[in-house]
Amino acid sequence: MNWRIIRALIIKYAFVVSRNTFRLMDLFFWPVLDLVLWGMVTIYMMKVSNGAPALVTFLIAAIILWNVLYRAQQLVSVSFLDDVWSRNLLNIFGAPIRASEYIGASFIMGLMQATLVLLLLGTLALFLHSLNIFSLGFMLAFFFVNLLFMGWSLGLLVTGAILKWGPPAEALAWAVPGLVQPLSAVFYPVSVLPGWLQPIALCFPASHVFEGMRQILAGHGVDQHHLWCAVLLNIVYMFASGWAFKVCLEGAKARGFLVKYGT
Amino acid sequence: MDNIIEVRGLRKEFKNSVAIENLNFEVKRGEILGFLGANGAGKTTTIFMLLGLITPTSGSIKIFNKEMKTSRVEILQRMNFASAYQQLPYNLRVWENLYVFAEIYGVKNSKKKIDDLLEMFEMEHMRKQLSGSLSSGEQTRLTLCKALLNDPEILCLDEPTASLDPDQADKVRKVIAARQRDTGMTVINTSHNMIDVSELCDRILFMRKGRVIANGSAADILEQSGSKNLEEAFISMARSNTSEALATSIEAK
Repeated sequence: MNWRIIRALIIKYAFVVSRNTFRLMDLFFWPVLDLVLWGMVTIYMMKVSNGAPALVTFLIAAIILWNVLYRAQQLVSVSFLDDVWSRNLLNIFGAPIRASEYIGASFIMGLMQATLVLLLLGTLALFLHSLNIFSLGFMLAFFFVNLLFMGWSLGLLVTGAILKWGPPAEALAWAVPGLVQPLSAVFYPVSVLPGWLQPIALCFPASHVFEGMRQILAGHGVDQHHLWCAVLLNIVYMFASGWAFKVCLEGAKARGFLVKYGT
Repeated sequence: MDNIIEVRGLRKEFKNSVAIENLNFEVKRGEILGFLGANGAGKTTTIFMLLGLITPTSGSIKIFNKEMKTSRVEILQRMNFASAYQQLPYNLRVWENLYVFAEIYGVKNSKKKIDDLLEMFEMEHMRKQLSGSLSSGEQTRLTLCKALLNDPEILCLDEPTASLDPDQADKVRKVIAARQRDTGMTVINTSHNMIDVSELCDRILFMRKGRVIANGSAADILEQSGSKNLEEAFISMARSNTSEALATSIEAK
């Protein structure tokens, strides 16, 4: 891995984002809107149903942490699409850049973006809903890292799919988080899902993260089982998605698709 | 002169066609080699295989005495390319694009290098413009700036003057020729522009249906094909069914 190249790719992304109002809006506006809107809805639901106060905490913490996964996934997939749309793909893959450096740069940019969003939403939640998500301390860092890894894995899988199927697969960059969310126990526990869906849901690292988060916020302490499941599944996901990306990239070079898609 | 590129038994099959068939050639250090051929002859596929952007079905590509299959990054560090059909990101300014690629190639004193190249291609006044706002000819010159950033030992050009007016095309040819004289770089140039080929290239590989059918200097090719100029030779070779016989005679010479 050459850090100079990773830095250059990060600088390129910073140039792109810095002058694109829509990108900045995507980065800050939508997560904030999510938090404000869902916060209000939750408060209203709690008032009309005499729900437990923990409901607000669960949902707002879930919104904040889901944004971590979403941002990490988006960055990996969309930064690749940026190169496709600006017809820069051949300049990148015809340069002395290893696939690991290209991916590494998008991982780091995803980490930076997810960190910014976490800090922003965490601070807003403190002022708007009196929820101090930072009080989770080490566990917040643990959840953050695990969701980041799952986001990276999904981002790599989507990028691989785009390399395999081309433009028809581009929509996956935005669709995949929405497809995964209902099975990731973000806003409700796995036990709420139909019995046949529960084993599938438990195959997602995010399900274990959100189950673990709710246990802690409900004052039931740390569930070691969920923590270990999240870590082990993430290791499997990272290897599987890295392998899938490599196979798709090599396939795209063998079929001549990288060249066709990039020009 | 030693061989800087050696291609042996190269074959590229796509789903329904064979794009390159048993391609063998070598390029000497400091040589300017032109690839000529009709559309679909396999010129661009060959260049992209030299850049590791398309994987050959079989055969070997050795550049700097290293196998492309195993040493892609080390090889590409010493090469660069420009294509009339490839742009730099439209949402970055001219200098930002060049700065990013200077960093990628590890160019020392990149600011001065960028200034020199922009001046060479008469683009100093465009340095703060968004690349997307440039005309196609200006964008071609920008990709040429990028291609020369790392003082490549091998420069691959895919129809470098395709979108340039005759005045700019002439200037670009002169810049490339001057750089080649100053640095001794090797140039591989695909073009449909016969002036490019005749003015720039020491040797021409004429391709047809994925095979080299003629290999020699412009004068050799004119003599053997009995043509008055390269354009006439191009048309006769592209249409001829006996071009393989011609190839043999030119190579034998």
